[in-house]
Amino acid sequence: MSRARLVWRKSLNAVMLTLTGVAAFGVVAVLFLILGYFIYNGGHSLNWQFFTQLPKPVGETGGGLANAIVGSLKLLLLAAVIGLPVGLLAGVYLAEFGGKTFAFIVRYTTDLLNGVPSIVIGIFAYSLVVAPVKHFSTLAGGAALGIMVIPITLRSTEEFLRSIPGSLREGAMALGASKWKTIATVVLPAASGGILTGMLLSLARVAGETAPLLFTALGNRFWSPGWSQPTAALPLMIYEYAISAYDDWHRQAWAAGLVLLSLVLLANLGCRLVLNRRGMARS
Amino acid sequence: MATSTPFEQTVPPQAGPRAFIQKLRRGDEIAHLITLVFAASIVLITSLLVYELWVNSHLSRAKFGWEFLWTQTWDPVFEQFGALPFIYGTLITSVVSLMIAVPLGLAAAIYLAELAPRKLSDSIAFLIDLLAAVPSVIYGLLGIFVIVPLMRTVIGPALKGAFGYLPIFKGPNYGVGFLTAGIVLAIMVVPFIISVSREVLLTVPREQREAALGMGATRWEATWQVVVPWARSGIAGSVFLALARALGETMAVTMVIGNDPKIRESLFAPGYTIAAVLANEFTEATGDVYLSALIELGLVLFLMTFILNGLARIMIVATERGGGRPS
Repeated sequence: MSRARLVWRKSLNAVMLTLTGVAAFGVVAVLFLILGYFIYNGGHSLNWQFFTQLPKPVGETGGGLANAIVGSLKLLLLAAVIGLPVGLLAGVYLAEFGGKTFAFIVRYTTDLLNGVPSIVIGIFAYSLVVAPVKHFSTLAGGAALGIMVIPITLRSTEEFLRSIPGSLREGAMALGASKWKTIATVVLPAASGGILTGMLLSLARVAGETAPLLFTALGNRFWSPGWSQPTAALPLMIYEYAISAYDDWHRQAWAAGLVLLSLVLLANLGCRLVLNRRGMARS
Repeated sequence: MATSTPFEQTVPPQAGPRAFIQKLRRGDEIAHLITLVFAASIVLITSLLVYELWVNSHLSRAKFGWEFLWTQTWDPVFEQFGALPFIYGTLITSVVSLMIAVPLGLAAAIYLAELAPRKLSDSIAFLIDLLAAVPSVIYGLLGIFVIVPLMRTVIGPALKGAFGYLPIFKGPNYGVGFLTAGIVLAIMVVPFIISVSREVLLTVPREQREAALGMGATRWEATWQVVVPWARSGIAGSVFLALARALGETMAVTMVIGNDPKIRESLFAPGYTIAAVLANEFTEATGDVYLSALIELGLVLFLMTFILNGLARIMIVATERGGGRPS
């Protein structure tokens, strides 16, 4: 083999390997750039007023997004109430009882539901909850988010239940416990840390969703009493303010974005750290 | 079933509700039944979703038939609706995003799986998972205030200077449009390509690399000619997953696409996607046919992502079961 060819191969090697490293660190840098940019643009707008006041009428500066923060919390509460039990119990079914054909069908539809674009989930919740009563509501938004929570919760629940060693189940059953007692008093408590973390992760994911809320929760510039009125939500406010024409609204969009971004990243950071530590302890 | 014990079989079969009640007393059947109902509810919800999309798009399907898919008029006033500009916009923005995200994501995945020490690789993968968790409206905000101005002042003029003779880079540059949406989408899907491809690359057996290196291949040649081909169907699966996400992505695209239902060949031109038109017009849809046409667009989008997700899953499973081996 000629010398020139060897030099060519070696330099190609060096160049390509360097490029892969640049790509990896470049993508990671994006995360820090995003975070830094939001802190730079939104940090100075975060004050007491922002968290405690209602939006001011168009044209006036100042005001806050208290109603959007409360609205988001209400929507998340509904999503948790609707989505978490279904995900949890269906996960128990797949890990502990599941037959062959039906378990396959459930798993397959779960994947399918997980892949449905969030805006289509919005249409679904609209035709299910909004269209019959003909007005937008917190309930409809919560239903949309709740449906999105189901597949994520189910997947993590099933995974954590499966990671519980069979000897634990056998031990409980050998002591005379029936199957459901074994599951309720031995298996579920053993997997509870992981399952709860998985639930928190799924809520963190839907907390930032905007598309399914557009025609369910709709948005609102005032407080939304009860559950049957349109409500504001943090991601909706960010969208509405970002596409508006007012500088003061842009400023608040950055601040709201910073709040949402920090909450979602912190929840993910915490959960993933916990999960990683458990993973290491297991192996 | 594993739950039926020999004891159960010795009990003579009793007729009527008494046997059922006796069974229920044991509790296992109740627990089984309850979890089964919840599992079945997922199948029910998903079927209901498809049913609602189908039934509520009835008016539009009846009026336009298959022509809905390839006509270009979108006129709410005269109730003439055709989906082609939206399908076109959805596909173009997704393809542009993949052309940027696939090389970048694959390169990063190669670095993480083949070169980086395990600890460094794990921490970078951790940060990339965090990046994947960033909500899409956040990317939309960055798109409007960072990427659109950059497009107008830096990226656009640079591309025009270098490739201005190509039809896809002709025409006025407004900042918003197909290319901008593609760039924003690329940033959003890159984390998915990286984390799935990295997992797939890590499943390639060590011997494959050692054999190539033993034959005198450089590190890059071993990676590019042996490891990547072995994992190719899994990598293709990760690309399909990313594509399915890009097709259905709403907020970030809506904020930078320009919202103009026209088919134009220039990537600088403003366009529209299915998800974006749903986001913008759904609450304002007056008239049943209009709403029905929008829901039919939702149905089209659902089917597109459904097919892609199915293909992606098959490909990832195929690689994990034994790579590019002919067997």
